[in-house]
Amino acid sequence: MRAHWWKVLAIILLAYTIIAGLLFEVPRLPILNETIRALYFHVTMWFGMIIMLIVAVVYSVKYLRSGELKHDDVAIEFTNAAILFGVLGIVTGMLWAKFTWGDYWSGDPKQNASAIGLLMYFAYLILRNSLTDIHQKARIGAVYNIFAFSAFIPLIFILPRLTDSLHPGNGGNPGFNAYDMDSKLRMVFYPAVVAWTLLGFWLANLRLRARRLERKLEDKLINQQ
Amino acid sequence: MWNEIIVLIKKEITLEWRQKYALNGILLYVVSAVFITYLSVGAKQGNISIPTWNALYWVIILFSSVNAVAKSFVQEHQGRQLYYYMIASPEAIILSKIIYNSLLTLILSLLGYIVFSVILGNPVQDQPMFILNLLMGSMGFSACLTMVSGIASKASNNATLMAILSFPIIIPILLMAIKISKNAIDGLDREISVDKLITLLAINAIIGATAYILFPYLWRS
Repeated sequence: MRAHWWKVLAIILLAYTIIAGLLFEVPRLPILNETIRALYFHVTMWFGMIIMLIVAVVYSVKYLRSGELKHDDVAIEFTNAAILFGVLGIVTGMLWAKFTWGDYWSGDPKQNASAIGLLMYFAYLILRNSLTDIHQKARIGAVYNIFAFSAFIPLIFILPRLTDSLHPGNGGNPGFNAYDMDSKLRMVFYPAVVAWTLLGFWLANLRLRARRLERKLEDKLINQQ
Repeated sequence: MWNEIIVLIKKEITLEWRQKYALNGILLYVVSAVFITYLSVGAKQGNISIPTWNALYWVIILFSSVNAVAKSFVQEHQGRQLYYYMIASPEAIILSKIIYNSLLTLILSLLGYIVFSVILGNPVQDQPMFILNLLMGSMGFSACLTMVSGIASKASNNATLMAILSFPIIIPILLMAIKISKNAIDGLDREISVDKLITLLAINAIIGATAYILFPYLWRS
């Protein structure tokens, strides 16, 4: 049970995020109104995604340094979970955009950049699947993962800030701190970030264990002869 | 290290010169691509708006450089690659390829620029800035594409992989280059572009440095 405390925490925090996120009082700002609640889902999922991508890059580096397949397993599963969160984040963002900016897709630089970021990681999956040798798959996958991440950072964090964007904190718009993150929002926002990140870790962890079992079974089958 | 790089660059140039058809092919590719866009947009001189001119130009340069750089690791067969593996350090190989491909991309983009000016008219007001931007853009394109062609050469189905792996990564460079070139075409004050040039240089540096660090791992496999 001790080892599972973080899973319990994840469930409690997720329940809190959903209940508090939908029921607690939120400040009513013009245009945003009640849609500000999307903040607890859209923004926090992207935070979770970024954290998981960082984990994946760290493990890719570890793999390249050591050549042990177990590190590569971690990298691919965290990237998978991050892609899932990225897709959910972009869909929730589009819904939010429909009700505040008027369109599902309004050509906002950050919106475009995140779509391109997702393309990068889909390409990563295709690259991995196009290779057959397991060690080559791991090595080249790791190289591309790090390379893509180094392009992902300027794409998401630097470029949108140089142009006009509808997102807060860009192109002269005030950032979170200046405008809508009052203490009521913070009370749900930070736990929600933790909750989604923990859920992502949990997902990655499950797939990782399945992958390890699969490998063990395979080894057993091969060694039987 | 530098001697090694210079020797390797000379080798690339000699090889290219020996098989002139590849070089000529890519140059012809640029000219035909410009002609196709010219005919399909149905534009006459000066008829096309400046943002469209700019965007068409960069898209053509992007596609031609993807094609030009894609062959950089496939062209030589396995045995010769093994030979390089034994005599040269991977760092020298990637740097020499990046420098050589920058030159190639620069030549392509200059040729594209000339053909564009002749056929579609030349709206550029600040020529030195435009050329400087071309130089920076070529460096970034070549750093990114050389690394990706190294990755794609390890996998089968090369052409598709090359495109899907490189397009998302190259977009930050492409967007910055398009912005600066728009400023240069409009002849805006240079101070406005300097900031963006520095950003472009910084992105190039990030991509180049990652390629430099990662290539030895790719080369070994």
